[in-house]
Amino acid sequence: MTTNTVFRVEVRPKAGQADPIGEAARQRAMSLDLPSKPTKIDSAAIYLIQGNIDQQQLEMLADQLLADVVIDSATFGSAELIGESLIEVHPLPGVMDPDAEVIELAIRSILGVDVQVRTGKRYDMHGIDSQTAQLVARSCLANPVVHAIHNQPYHPQAFPKTSPYELRVVSVPLLEMGDKALTSFSREAHLFLSLEEMQEIQAHYKKLGRDPHDIELETLAQTWSEHCVHKTLKATIRYCEDDSSAPIDMSNRPGHVVNDDGSVTINNLLKSTIAAATKELMADGIDWCLSVFVDNAGIIAFDDETAVCFKVETHNHPSAIEPYGGAATGIGGCIRDIIGTGLAAKPIAATDVFCVGYPDHFTAENLPTGCLHPKRILTEIVSGVRDYGNRMGIPTIDGAVWFDNDYVGNPLVYCGCVGVMPRDKVTGDPNPGDRIIALGGRTGRDGIHGATFSSSELTDVHADEFSHAVQIGNPVTEKKMLDAILQARDHEDGCLFTSITDCGAGGFSSAVGEMGEQLGAQVNLEQAPLKYDGLSPTEIWISEAQERMVLAVEQDNIEKLQAICDLHDVQMCDLGEFGTVDRELILLYEGTEVGRLSMAFLHDGLPKTTRQATWSYSVSPTSVSKTKPSITEALLKLIAHPNIASKHWIIRQYDHEVQGSSVVTPLVGANSDGPSDASVIVPVLNSTRGLAIGNGLATGLRDDPYQMAIAAVDECVRNLVCVGADPKRIAILDNFCWPSCDNPAELGGLVRAAEGCYDAAKAYRTPFISGKDSLNNQFATDDGKTIKIPPTLLISGMGIVPDINKCVTMDIKSAGSILIIVGETQDTLGGSHYARMFGCDDQSVPIVDLKAGPRYANAIHSLINNCLVDSVHDCSDGGLLVAIAEMCIAGRIGASLECSETSLFSESPSRYVLEVSSSNIDAVKTTLADMPFVIIGETRNEQTLRIDDKECVWTLESLSAAWRGTLDW
Amino acid sequence: MPNALIITTAGINCDREVVHAFTLAGADVKSLHLNQLLDDPSIVDQFQLIGLPGGFSYGDAIAAGRIMAALMRQRLYPALVRAVSRGVPIIAPCNGFQIAAQIGLLPGPAPGQPWPEQAPKPTIALAQNASARFVDRWCDVEFPNQTKCIWTDDLEIPQQTSVLPIAHGEGRFIAETPELLKQLQDNGQIAVRYTIADNPNGSQDNIAGICDASGLVLGLMPHPERYTRWTHHPRWGRLDASAKVEQPLGLKMYKKAVAYASEVVAV
Repeated sequence: MTTNTVFRVEVRPKAGQADPIGEAARQRAMSLDLPSKPTKIDSAAIYLIQGNIDQQQLEMLADQLLADVVIDSATFGSAELIGESLIEVHPLPGVMDPDAEVIELAIRSILGVDVQVRTGKRYDMHGIDSQTAQLVARSCLANPVVHAIHNQPYHPQAFPKTSPYELRVVSVPLLEMGDKALTSFSREAHLFLSLEEMQEIQAHYKKLGRDPHDIELETLAQTWSEHCVHKTLKATIRYCEDDSSAPIDMSNRPGHVVNDDGSVTINNLLKSTIAAATKELMADGIDWCLSVFVDNAGIIAFDDETAVCFKVETHNHPSAIEPYGGAATGIGGCIRDIIGTGLAAKPIAATDVFCVGYPDHFTAENLPTGCLHPKRILTEIVSGVRDYGNRMGIPTIDGAVWFDNDYVGNPLVYCGCVGVMPRDKVTGDPNPGDRIIALGGRTGRDGIHGATFSSSELTDVHADEFSHAVQIGNPVTEKKMLDAILQARDHEDGCLFTSITDCGAGGFSSAVGEMGEQLGAQVNLEQAPLKYDGLSPTEIWISEAQERMVLAVEQDNIEKLQAICDLHDVQMCDLGEFGTVDRELILLYEGTEVGRLSMAFLHDGLPKTTRQATWSYSVSPTSVSKTKPSITEALLKLIAHPNIASKHWIIRQYDHEVQGSSVVTPLVGANSDGPSDASVIVPVLNSTRGLAIGNGLATGLRDDPYQMAIAAVDECVRNLVCVGADPKRIAILDNFCWPSCDNPAELGGLVRAAEGCYDAAKAYRTPFISGKDSLNNQFATDDGKTIKIPPTLLISGMGIVPDINKCVTMDIKSAGSILIIVGETQDTLGGSHYARMFGCDDQSVPIVDLKAGPRYANAIHSLINNCLVDSVHDCSDGGLLVAIAEMCIAGRIGASLECSETSLFSESPSRYVLEVSSSNIDAVKTTLADMPFVIIGETRNEQTLRIDDKECVWTLESLSAAWRGTLDW
Repeated sequence: MPNALIITTAGINCDREVVHAFTLAGADVKSLHLNQLLDDPSIVDQFQLIGLPGGFSYGDAIAAGRIMAALMRQRLYPALVRAVSRGVPIIAPCNGFQIAAQIGLLPGPAPGQPWPEQAPKPTIALAQNASARFVDRWCDVEFPNQTKCIWTDDLEIPQQTSVLPIAHGEGRFIAETPELLKQLQDNGQIAVRYTIADNPNGSQDNIAGICDASGLVLGLMPHPERYTRWTHHPRWGRLDASAKVEQPLGLKMYKKAVAYASEVVAV
């Protein structure tokens, strides 16, 4: 007979021991605007254990498991209030409590008893009253979307119980609905399908002569969501330029038809631009792309035996509401994309790029309702990526942060992952009769409607309406699943599965729907292991619960796979079978059919639309011309601008060296604090062949997305080339985050960006191999305003480094060498950080010369390959002076410069700064003979940076302090 | 060629580089899952070297290494003690150190005393970093002259290359009593220290790693396996050619133990 007593144990540092968690909480609280500040916060961990155990066993658990006898003390029940007020934070029922599951495992091992565990945190606050404590809790200790906040010790009598599910097949009376009803039903049921799409579905069911079941509608909504099918990028677009200030020549582009009225019809934007460039490059000699645009990630050859793959995802909307969980599950999902590429790749690196509001701009007064403060968002998304990436053992090696106040309601979280795999494992397809096997985490109600949620606009009430779409990740579940999958892939009898994909947006519905597209599939939904009772078949089918993968497995291999899963404590279940007579998706629950859809309608039924796109050039308003600062002041301010300032606060929290593959890390130089242009790793540990990972982001050029896209590709290539990548072996990825493209003007910008991608990829001969888009990034405030994000295009790239021993970093290596700028500096400050901070008269943006840029890249690579340069740095955000200052800070070696004023702050593209020793200068000049380059100074054995003819002097210490100070959180 | 056992489980994630380091150092390496060893602890008796790699075993739920230690304490501790008695060198970096401390494998019994049959209560702890934050960076390290540790004694490393990478959130070394700390110092059980200026986590006495009284079992927060080629060094592009004549510090440590095992340890 089991009793269901809930025991409560508190664990806190012993008297005399430090309490770093409490102290960190106090420090966070100190930065808040509070009526009074906490003088001290004491932290304690809370364990609630429900089960049939006695006090003696409980004490044994405290001793052997919950507390460290050297530094902790345990209290049974609740200790008296220690300070003036108390806060407890517990996960809401149904929210993932990652520690609980393994604590239950350990208790089973120690006591041989099954118990249920929940964990929480207690904070005893000194010097603040209960009301202020609540404010601290809501501002930095808890998020009501996932946490319950208590001001008393929380000690429930029993854990909440759910009741078992009783089957009900729900029909939706769609056939009788008029247009208005269709529209409102789509919104209310969170389907987010357009009227046209709802009408198409209605027509389909009219033909079938019945109303759809809810599970069928949900399946269609998931599969047809912008998130899953990228319908905007694949639509037919009619594009008009209303002015001719920056025309793009649209003739002779694949899939483009120039109409008589001057408009252009583009049939499938993605295929006609980004994918077209890859196709043309592959037809023109690039033979190292192994899989492009068809799988979860793009794959290229690394060497004769090995391939590498790369994918970058966004997880913007969840991160707006619950940044920690949103970012963690963002990186978790992207890692699963890599595991689900081909016949499984091993993740070897992660990247992250964040776009948020300026941390010092928003106050309680001007922060829009429904938004979290940008500083909190950034802090928590960094924690989320850190906790997931570090626990997965994947080094996070590259990233960037871009600040703009228009990201306040809709921050961007880009998460990337790189994988390595044998070249004979780059493709896989299920066969009829293969079992549908799900591995990994259990299915719960969490994450329902993530795909459709991400395809809608954010509003001030989304935190309430979509809290179920937000999740907390459990990296250990994903890590052990990865271990099992790799073991199954490399099994001595050959790979134990024929196909694999991840459960991302849409959950089982998209994973099984996609894998079974050609064959059909029959699914027994009751087979899915659940986190708790009470889930309907529809909920099981569309839940986006994390850490799950779907595999197609031949019946003969099931036992072997089961043995591997058992060894790794990985949950495995058989959901059904691929292959049906009429290529249908048949959904059963305990033998009752709850849904049936034809794969043809599911995948090809989405109505093709023609969308309008317009373009007229408009210059973003910038602040009126201010008093121009002196050069001395300008550099100190620029280098402290958050976009440019050191990101060591973020980088140091990531394990960027796990797996032992590091060659060039994100921070380099004499004191390991210089900003590397890109990172380099060795995917194969005993090889000297490396892989450089970098990115390009040129949001400063948002006024013309065409130039912005080209500049981003240019910057990405330069970043990779600077560390040693061969520009002839660079593959890139596109990630568009745009405001709503239902607006023709925004779509026009998107068209221009895509055209820019096409032109840049062809010019640089850098094929796009994968990409992603998120096209509804704007925030509706409670007073009816719409805050649109700046159109944002992240270009991520990976490049092969032929010999890692030749890698170069950006830190000045020695005094007495010569500094050279390669590339043309255009006399414009348009789009620059200087213009943004201090204003400028000429707003025209610098133009990438598509003939010159690739030539410079090849020349720089040749210099690196011949060991003729000591350091190389790309000249981008902030301009030339910032680039050189960064090199000096990194090398702790000074320099004296001679250069014209106009060249100092322009952010002209395609430029590199080189440090060349005097013995190599002639050879370097020969290589650069037919390119623009200027000797701009020399490095000095002193701790200052100087421009002699302008009487500017900076100490490296003051530059370093300014550069490191902004984000030294 | 001596053989090495690497113990992995859910959340261990530095096994790949430990396998690689042992392989480079000349060992024949096998990685086995904890569940296999819990089923049959006698498997451990077949090996001449053991690695307990870093990572976040079981997500570091409750505290770093806590769950894995709880699972190992009853069934695997005796097999590990048998291995030490046979003279098997054991390396436990990072999460491995946190686990070794919690199952009483470190600091182990005082010199001359036998190993207890059951896992003793821990007497050292690796607590939250003073900053309460995970940190990845390289630290300057020193090896006490009088250390008994077979992994780190007689290492002559120039200052420029006497560095090791750390990556952890819970590495603040605490001895339960001042007497214990003094005992460890006096017995030569401090195997590696951060330099005074470069203590990343607030460890007592700048301790980065300790060994048991026999010198065979090394637990340390840094990751020597992430420093087995010169391009691992965070400033390798700035090192003089002369600094790179010898082998990188991490590889040297693994080589010392493998050489030791091939001479001393029989299966």
